[in-house]
Amino acid sequence: MRIPISALMGMFFTGAFFLAAIFAPLLAPYGMAEVVGGVWDPASSTHLMGTDAIGRDLLSRMIYGGQTTIFVASVATILSFTLGSVLGFSAAVAGGYVDQGLSRMVDLVMAIPALILALVILSVLPVTLTVLILVMGLLDATRVFRLARAVAVDITVMDYVEAARLRGEGWAWIIFREILPNALSPLVAELGLRFIFAVLFISTLSFLGLGVQPPLADWGGIVKENASGLVYGIPAALIPAFAIAALAISVNLVADWVLSRTTSLKGGRG
Amino acid sequence: MSDALLQIRNLRIEATSYPPGEAPRDVVLVDDVSVSVEKGRVLGLIGESGAGKSTIGLSSMAYGRGGVRLTGGTITLNGRDIRLADARALRALRGREVTYVAQSAAAAFNPAIRLMDQVVETCLAHKIMGRAEAEARAVMLFGRLGLPDPETFGKRYPHQVSGGQLQRAMTAMALCPKPDLVIFDEPTTALDVTTQIEVLAAIKEAIRDTGVAALYITHDLAVVAQVADDILVLRHGKRIEYGTTEQIITAPNEPYTQALVSVRSIEHVEKADAPAVLQIQNVTARYKGTNFDVLKNITLDLPAGQTLAVVGESGSGKSTLARVITGLLPPGQGRIRFAGRDLAPDLAARSRDDLREVQMIYQMADTAMNPRQTVGTIIGRPLEFYFGLKGAEKRKRIQDLLDQIEMGSGFIDRYPAELSGGQKQRVCIARALAAKPKLIICDEVTSALDPLVADGILKLLLALQAAEGVAYLFITHDLATVRAIADRIAVMYRGEVRRYGTKTDVLAPPFDDYTELLLSSVPEMKMGWLEGVLDSRKMEAAGN
Repeated sequence: MRIPISALMGMFFTGAFFLAAIFAPLLAPYGMAEVVGGVWDPASSTHLMGTDAIGRDLLSRMIYGGQTTIFVASVATILSFTLGSVLGFSAAVAGGYVDQGLSRMVDLVMAIPALILALVILSVLPVTLTVLILVMGLLDATRVFRLARAVAVDITVMDYVEAARLRGEGWAWIIFREILPNALSPLVAELGLRFIFAVLFISTLSFLGLGVQPPLADWGGIVKENASGLVYGIPAALIPAFAIAALAISVNLVADWVLSRTTSLKGGRG
Repeated sequence: MSDALLQIRNLRIEATSYPPGEAPRDVVLVDDVSVSVEKGRVLGLIGESGAGKSTIGLSSMAYGRGGVRLTGGTITLNGRDIRLADARALRALRGREVTYVAQSAAAAFNPAIRLMDQVVETCLAHKIMGRAEAEARAVMLFGRLGLPDPETFGKRYPHQVSGGQLQRAMTAMALCPKPDLVIFDEPTTALDVTTQIEVLAAIKEAIRDTGVAALYITHDLAVVAQVADDILVLRHGKRIEYGTTEQIITAPNEPYTQALVSVRSIEHVEKADAPAVLQIQNVTARYKGTNFDVLKNITLDLPAGQTLAVVGESGSGKSTLARVITGLLPPGQGRIRFAGRDLAPDLAARSRDDLREVQMIYQMADTAMNPRQTVGTIIGRPLEFYFGLKGAEKRKRIQDLLDQIEMGSGFIDRYPAELSGGQKQRVCIARALAAKPKLIICDEVTSALDPLVADGILKLLLALQAAEGVAYLFITHDLATVRAIADRIAVMYRGEVRRYGTKTDVLAPPFDDYTELLLSSVPEMKMGWLEGVLDSRKMEAAGN
């Protein structure tokens, strides 16, 4: 199997972002909230990306910010996939009232714009990382539910699922052993896209001030802190924006490859 | 042979295969095949799946499906070699000189366009005739093909006519532009026997009346014997035998052809009566949300260790009967007694032993096995689930089962995609057998298989019945299969049992009308059978 060059590039940059996030304390030259220079110092040999609005090293904040952003997005995505696919599969397998109940509830949540719903919830609840992750995970789970249910409905009508039912197999075996292995590839491809949406979502929330709270750094927050600098021609706010775009594109390149590999004309989901 | 309309010489067809995890390699689909068809004659191409019949058929209009390449030999149509003709020349040729009738008419028609517009489309596209003339010709062909109301038939949409009618409409579409050659690619395979005979007769008559040459592709030798003048037997892309129909049917030279001719000649003597393992009593059933009984007051007995064949065409309710017995569709009325106890109507209410003792084998082995599980997992799961077998003990039993279905132990770690059609069905049989059932429901288990492979499966089922004493409820539309395997027969028609009894009783006269129609529609492997049946039906109709 030859991996196309675009997917290789995507993997390289995605890997670099994740490694930087994991080893943030080792890589960052200064502390996250440490004031080490003047206001918006330009890039120099001691501060590779310059300093921010109150004199903190921007590179260090970018690295720590990446850690928070990627951590929150990853956990929220895992939560949404676990919840969404288990519920989606259950709805498809159970059918009838269970399916109707779950699907209509998901429709209800999806009918309200996700950002507005999140803003309303977060303006009431205390904004901690846990609450953020839960809100994002639950909102995103509705999208995953839709996909998982659609994929599983196709699989539940297969004879091998009927054979398992006739054998008397329980709910868990049918979902995890018969359906999940056959639904995995479309779900994995979707995972990449959902992760990117999560990154954008947490960044948006932070930019609006309802996401990650200072002094904790995250990319959306760094844009917000340095946005006023743009008026004076100081590019500090553009650096996190660029990082978000770079991460989005590199993960998408990998997701595209997974998707094209699993939806070929011949193999189908095989 | 210089006046041959189509002459194929030393044809070689290749394609590139992309096996997962390996480098792509070229495979030869058709190797050194030569045939010729003269004007007004019909050549039958016969062989099992993968023999290259359709590939050769399509090559006679210089077409290769899905990356198939015509790499060698010559294809001469009307005196010129078309193998390497450019797209423009081929466009002019296809539809004007050669037309094609596909296996599944339902999939080949555009459901949103009226039949007439589709039938005359080729004539208009090639400017062979004007619309009025083309429509007049189409109406004439509808009439000749025995379609009802030829004048208005074309105004209907594809979903408004039956499968057999659609297949005939497609034949009309192929004949409309007055081609020199028509390729029939399994035109009757997807049809019920009673419909097949009508379509077959219509096609044969149309070929004779219009004087076209035809290639008739099928896997059923008995069918091709009715329409073809010459037969080419293919296997693995190579020519096995080529001769006149009479010679192939009565005096085949090659062992493979002999096997094809003598297929379905399993002798099966029905067993003596025995106490019933399954009793279906006055069962009536309908699907949720409908007000139509799919099964009407069905009462049947199946003696232990014997085979009850349920015969009927599509829509007769045979598969629904299986769903009722397995509990997937609880019956509206009636009860099902199994091994001396009542079976709960609903699957969910049945005990594990009830579930274990009734097993099912499906028509499509492909979809009956999870493609992500190995053969070992597929067969091993019932052992683990019902008997709690684990580890070495389980593996040993899987091994035994694989031996029983005449497959080696090398298959245990393979995935279904790595098996042939017959092997897949064998694995499904092993999975059913693993549960040590008293009853196995076989739903059209041989319909999707090539005749010789199907024969092997039937022999295996018979041997297993003798060894394990398991009873079969055998659902099929194929009467040859019924003769080979049944002890008792139930003939179903529109949700009712028309005829039920031991095999000798059911297959001996006097017949009711439907059973007679069904029995006389099964193609026999002799020339002139079709005319014989049609003549006797006409005489009967005249007599009434």
